[in-house]
Amino acid sequence: MPPVNIIVLIKQVPDPKAHVSIKEDGTLDRERAKAVINPYDRYAIEAALKVKEKLGAKVIALSMGPPKAEDALREALAMGVDEAILLSDRRLAGSDTLATSYALSRAIRKIGHYDLILCGMETVDGNTGQVGPEIAEHLGIPQITYVENFEIRDGFVRAKRLIEGGYEILRSKLPVLLTITNTGEEPRCATFLGVVKAVKKDIVVCSIDDIGVEEDSVGLKGSPTKVKKIERAVLCRSKYIVKGGSVEEIVDNLLKKLEEDGIDLVMMSE
Amino acid sequence: MSKGDFSGVWIYAGHDGSKIDRATLELLGVGRKIAEKIGAELSAVLIGCGIKHFAYELISYGADKVYLVEHEELKYYTTLPYAKVLTDLIAGEKPEIVLFAANTTGRDLAPRIAARLKTGLTADCTDLDVGDYEDKASGKLYKNILYQIRPAFGGDVIATIVTPERRPQMATVRPGIFELPKKNPGRDGEIIQCRIELGKNEEQAVEILKIVKEERGEANLKDAKIIVGGGRGVGGPEGFKLIRELAKVLSGQVGASRAAVDAGWISYSHQIGLTGQTVRPDIYIACGISGAVQHVIGVKNAKIIIAINKDPHAPIFDFADYGIVGDLFEILPVLIEKLKNIKAKHKTLRKMVNVQFRGLTWKTIK
Ligand SMILES: Cc1cc2nc3c(=O)[nH]c(=O)nc-3n(C[C@H](O)[C@H](O)[C@H](O)COP(=O)(O)OP(=O)(O)OC[C@H]3O[C@@H](n4cnc5c(N)ncnc54)[C@H](O)[C@@H]3O)c2cc1C
Ligand SMILES: Nc1ncnc2c1ncn2[C@@H]1O[C@H](COP(=O)(O)O)[C@@H](O)[C@H]1O
Repeated sequence: MPPVNIIVLIKQVPDPKAHVSIKEDGTLDRERAKAVINPYDRYAIEAALKVKEKLGAKVIALSMGPPKAEDALREALAMGVDEAILLSDRRLAGSDTLATSYALSRAIRKIGHYDLILCGMETVDGNTGQVGPEIAEHLGIPQITYVENFEIRDGFVRAKRLIEGGYEILRSKLPVLLTITNTGEEPRCATFLGVVKAVKKDIVVCSIDDIGVEEDSVGLKGSPTKVKKIERAVLCRSKYIVKGGSVEEIVDNLLKKLEEDGIDLVMMSE
Repeated sequence: MSKGDFSGVWIYAGHDGSKIDRATLELLGVGRKIAEKIGAELSAVLIGCGIKHFAYELISYGADKVYLVEHEELKYYTTLPYAKVLTDLIAGEKPEIVLFAANTTGRDLAPRIAARLKTGLTADCTDLDVGDYEDKASGKLYKNILYQIRPAFGGDVIATIVTPERRPQMATVRPGIFELPKKNPGRDGEIIQCRIELGKNEEQAVEILKIVKEERGEANLKDAKIIVGGGRGVGGPEGFKLIRELAKVLSGQVGASRAAVDAGWISYSHQIGLTGQTVRPDIYIACGISGAVQHVIGVKNAKIIIAINKDPHAPIFDFADYGIVGDLFEILPVLIEKLKNIKAKHKTLRKMVNVQFRGLTWKTIK
């Protein structure tokens, strides 16, 4: 069997462990947060590299984002990905999932041959999980979402897809797009040798002209959804802190206060 | 699709062959609200095989019309055939709004359809409303637009998204947020049986080899009246014994923060929050949980929240109705003991209690 061609879609996101702040003008200050590869995309990279080790594969990482996203691709190369492509163009700014998936699907068409496209289940900043299925639709290939693990055999993919309260085992023809959940296989870290190798590799940077995308079909103009407003939000309730000396007293005070307010834990549980 | 004469609110009716998803019934509730606001009909699209009886149920929960599509090949959900059926129906009937539950089916199906129709889709909405939208660039005013409201960037902000130009306006809606509508078995409605042709390609691309339901160990948090949640403060799998015991005394369920799940102390099915479940119990007791917004978002509809945390400055106290500042390892054993005693007494003294709804409200900072 010839090596499998895999394209992994990775997005650089603000570190989910850091807090995003809002600037004076109401837009998000994403500059300050450290940028990392979207966690689920790391699982996707790991899954692609496992296929490579087992069957032999060429793995291409593709990302759309600002020039800074090169760092994410560089890290993917250091993890063991063979090639990296960055789609970066000011005219892409403000793209919603439809525009993003369209642009990425054009880049994929340009790459040409692929058997498997791997995405993360969702990003930690967008949280939509839509880009994967929308790319599959633009490319006219099947998809399997929420994949926990999969294997390639005889030109088919067999995948375990997580659903509410269980899972499904699905079989698809190639090419297919999979969105990867937490697989339980810890994504590898870049090794020193990997980093050295990665430095020598070129990251191909392309614009929308390179992939034959019209300006009007991406960016704010090409996005059917618009942000009407965005607000910082907090949740709050009337709080009553139960005070008292000993643990005994504290618990009694809570139960007494609850009773006064007409709340009977035991009754409610019946 | 561009705008034309699109009208009506649709929901996609998910089911597993034996029952309609709870999330679908919730959709009927919020769908009804939206339909009334724009003065339109509410329809459900029901796809499967041998499921006509569900159509009556959908009507009794608020659907005016049910588009019923039955076919042997459509017995179980798979993306491509279902996407084809729905897109064809949408193209023919032109609904203005189409809503899906943001579960693994809705989040698989909706983007496929949105991309085929070249329209917008907003994921995981926690609220929906209707109102005007003015496009600042063009100065154009759009009336009766669907406001698709959702937390963004990990829950720190709330965004209102609109799809002014394209139709239908599409959104997936978080399960567990909206209350179930009242069932009215006498309600009138129309069932429209649809004939469909499936293309060969669609049928063959992806095949289901097996479907496995794993009830064992799964937490049934959705219907729980009382949930006791444990976080990192619980300290380990051992600590969850206390949480379980309190839950047991109260005949409740056990929930957890992501920190506890990530640490491997308890399975993911217990996780509450942005990346876990959204629940709406009468009472939520948060133990050793700091109260990160990503967690709290999942319990914001609890009627009453009680927090136990040893840090008086823990943010959870801002979200709680009642708080105890103290060590959970000291508090919980005493609380459990006292509740057990009360319970023993209660056997002879039963009365009904009505809990006031004190749901959280979002306060936005200008
Ligand atoms: C994109 C994104 C999605 C997320 N989704 C979720 C989600 O769905 N659900 C979720 O829960 N989190 C989610 N998180 C993580 C969230 O931000 C928090 O990190 C997490 O909720 C913290 O869990 P915790 O409160 O248990 O732990 P911590 O924040 O570590 O808090 C532990 C608390 O226990 C208290 N404590 C310690 N010992 C004791 C004791 N003996 N007695 C009493 N109190 C004690 C401490 O004072 C502290 O307040 C998400 C984060 C991101 C970025
Ligand atoms: N800008 C992007 N560049 C590359 N891949 C992306 C991009 N945005 C989203 N993706 C892929 O699509 C998945 C789902 O993203 P989202 O729809 O934003 O939740 C991610 O996990 C990535 O694999």
